[in-house]
Amino acid sequence: MNFGFTQEQELLRVQVRRFLDDNCTLAEVRRIMETSQGYDQVQWRRMADLGWLGLIIDTEFDGVGLNWVDLVVILEEMGRSLYPAPYLSTMLFCSALNDVADGPTKKAILPGIARGEIKGSLALFDQPGDPHIDNISLEADDTSDGLFLQGSKPFVHDCGSVNYYLVAYRQAGSLYLVLLDADDEGLKQSHSPTMDLTKRTGSLSLDNIEISNAARFAVDEKQLQRLFDVGAVGIAAEMIGAAESVLAMTTKYAQDRTQFGHAIGKYQGVKHRLAEMYVDIESFKSLVYYAAWTITESQEELARSASLAKAYASDAFATIGIDGVQLHGAIGFTQEYDIQLFLKRSKWSRANYGNADFHYEKIIKQRLSQ
Amino acid sequence: MDFEYTPSEENFRQEVRQFLDENLPAAGNRSADFMDTWLNKVRDKRWVGFSWPTSVGGGGGSIMEQVILKEEMSARKAPPLGTCMMGLAWVGPGIIQYGTEQQKQRFIPDILDSKYHWCTGYSEPNVGSDLAALQCKASRDGDDYVINGTKIWTSLAPFASWIFMLVRTENFGKTENKHDGITALLVDLSTQGIEIKPIENMAGQKVFAQIFFDNVRVPMENRLGDEGNGWAVTISSLANERSSIGEVTGLYTKLEKLTDLLSNSRWNGQAAIDSKKNRRTLARFEAKIEAMRLNGLRYLTQQIKGEPLSSETSVNKLHRAELEVEMGDFAVETLGQAGLQLRGQEAVVGTGYWAADSLNWPTVVIGGGTPNIQKNIIAERILNLPKD
Ligand SMILES: Cc1cc2nc3c(=O)[nH]c(=O)nc-3n(C[C@H](O)[C@H](O)[C@H](O)COP(=O)(O)OP(=O)(O)OC[C@H]3O[C@@H](n4cnc5c(N)ncnc54)[C@H](O)[C@@H]3O)c2cc1C
Repeated sequence: MNFGFTQEQELLRVQVRRFLDDNCTLAEVRRIMETSQGYDQVQWRRMADLGWLGLIIDTEFDGVGLNWVDLVVILEEMGRSLYPAPYLSTMLFCSALNDVADGPTKKAILPGIARGEIKGSLALFDQPGDPHIDNISLEADDTSDGLFLQGSKPFVHDCGSVNYYLVAYRQAGSLYLVLLDADDEGLKQSHSPTMDLTKRTGSLSLDNIEISNAARFAVDEKQLQRLFDVGAVGIAAEMIGAAESVLAMTTKYAQDRTQFGHAIGKYQGVKHRLAEMYVDIESFKSLVYYAAWTITESQEELARSASLAKAYASDAFATIGIDGVQLHGAIGFTQEYDIQLFLKRSKWSRANYGNADFHYEKIIKQRLSQ
Repeated sequence: MDFEYTPSEENFRQEVRQFLDENLPAAGNRSADFMDTWLNKVRDKRWVGFSWPTSVGGGGGSIMEQVILKEEMSARKAPPLGTCMMGLAWVGPGIIQYGTEQQKQRFIPDILDSKYHWCTGYSEPNVGSDLAALQCKASRDGDDYVINGTKIWTSLAPFASWIFMLVRTENFGKTENKHDGITALLVDLSTQGIEIKPIENMAGQKVFAQIFFDNVRVPMENRLGDEGNGWAVTISSLANERSSIGEVTGLYTKLEKLTDLLSNSRWNGQAAIDSKKNRRTLARFEAKIEAMRLNGLRYLTQQIKGEPLSSETSVNKLHRAELEVEMGDFAVETLGQAGLQLRGQEAVVGTGYWAADSLNWPTVVIGGGTPNIQKNIIAERILNLPKD
């Protein structure tokens, strides 16, 4: 029994940490998030060289062949730095291809991802805010000339920064994912920024795009559910690092800032709130690590463990984001001070892949159906 | 990360399961002398004091074996492995670590055999959270200590034969260096000059008491550890507090009961389990309990790797405190008026389980250090914030 990381994983963490400390201070985050692509191409190449892009890709497809427990280490550190890059999107895209694509498609795409040439993102739901399977309503037009897609997918992660999308649609009662090239003529990618500029977002509009048989994959509800659960775990992993940054920054501020003759961290209204943050982060950290382990090692537990992690993390980090700002006083409200970036991330993280309400309902349904 | 057990750990688990199959009758099926037989049998297995060294009669179990034993016992709702609760929990470990050879021989076998109860004398009328400020006094007189003062909230004192207590032998009335000058004593409660007055709690039970010491003579040989070193003795005895495995199983059982209760109760013209608020509350309890389970495993892994824990156990203590209060209160609220009735009343639901439960949380929430104190511990020891 070992509910901890291996030495290799700890070394990976040190490597990621060093890379981010060297390349991505929060000043650099602010620069990158304002660029047109929302990420740094040179750094992306270096990440490929370091093996992080092929981390969960099988060695058969030129990847490193590790799994989600290893990936959590990277995501956690990226969250800690609010690192802006289509990394999580591309990893979820990878994971989806792994689960549903045929051999030739994997062969065509996965090595390119590992080399840093291909990035991808998922476009699953039709309406924002409801990550439910019934909310995949895009229907393919079945004509004598073939199958066509006409419609749009809102709030697609890293829209405009990736080369491929896996788009969910229905046809004759069945669910499919179709692999679309960003250069496809009928595909329009627009940028629709949210308050969290470190997470690039946009809409895909699909104008009479022909679906090729070679690029579409039937998926059942269970597979889709799995994609979705994996996404929830991925975001929750970033939330660990981001929330720990809030705790670290706010603790430091509470040690340094003096009012009424003492460091404010001496007052229990401040120090107890920080202790509560610690308790919550420790707890959702444990839930996320376990959920990451179930992705490859115990699939039947994934739905529950992913929901427990994302539910707990969503509520906790949202409050941590708010209190992080509040405990800084007015300076926390300024654009110049970094704590606000984390508040925005907390709201982004909650809204994506299901908020606490959504996941708690999933948990209780499972409990009652046992 | 892996959640596998080694073959020898699996064998041990099988051994425990087989033992339980053979020796643990279903709850309704236990004869009057079941408990005596049970205690003898688990004692023969050396599962009482399982973590203690074999040289003192313990079981010498590895950390993982202790975990497995606890998991299996709690999964089957087995009775405790001995009735001498405080003896097994911290008095015994304290004696093993700090005691003289003679003290070990005198006390350890009786604790393992649950011959009598121990109780713990820390708190005083003016000393609770700030334990190191204790004032109950012991002065040297020849080969004896003479104790004068009082202890309060002493759990089990009405039934106990011995008390493990802290007294002050130096630094009276001072606030600086208050941790110095505290001494740990093992005191026979039948000694002349001791008076025990039980106190009734709000649930109607008389489990704790106030103890008065009037020129009570205790031989020097009953001092545990060096004079003035009682604080260290206490801290390391308390560090023997168990991981949260048994508690988590208990909380999961409670969650099942609560789910059943919600499924069978009504609210606003519908089943109570269909209310969105109730569903969310139940699921939130589940997330906390599961977080406790996994926190426990994560900290356990650290221990096995030999990385010392700081005050991480306070995390689960805070969760448990919150759950103990909220789960019982939620059940009582759900049950409406019927939830208020204790055992033996007309419309009582179950056996008044939830009503009693909703009154008993202080045992956990106050008894083991209050939530405010746990938060201070985390803030000061882990986050390095200034002391208040
Ligand atoms: C069921 C039960 C069993 C017990 N069994 C035993 C036993 O066997 N032996 C024994 O010695 N004692 C026992 N106790 C006593 C227990 O250890 C004390 O009650 C506990 O340490 C709190 O002390 P107190 O009651 O004096 O409250 P106080 O310390 O006076 O605290 C009162 C309130 O003030 C808060 N408070 C105190 N200091 C601070 C601070 N610095 N910052 C913020 N808030 C603060 C507390 O959180 C609490 O809410 C038992 C108590 C209970 C309820």
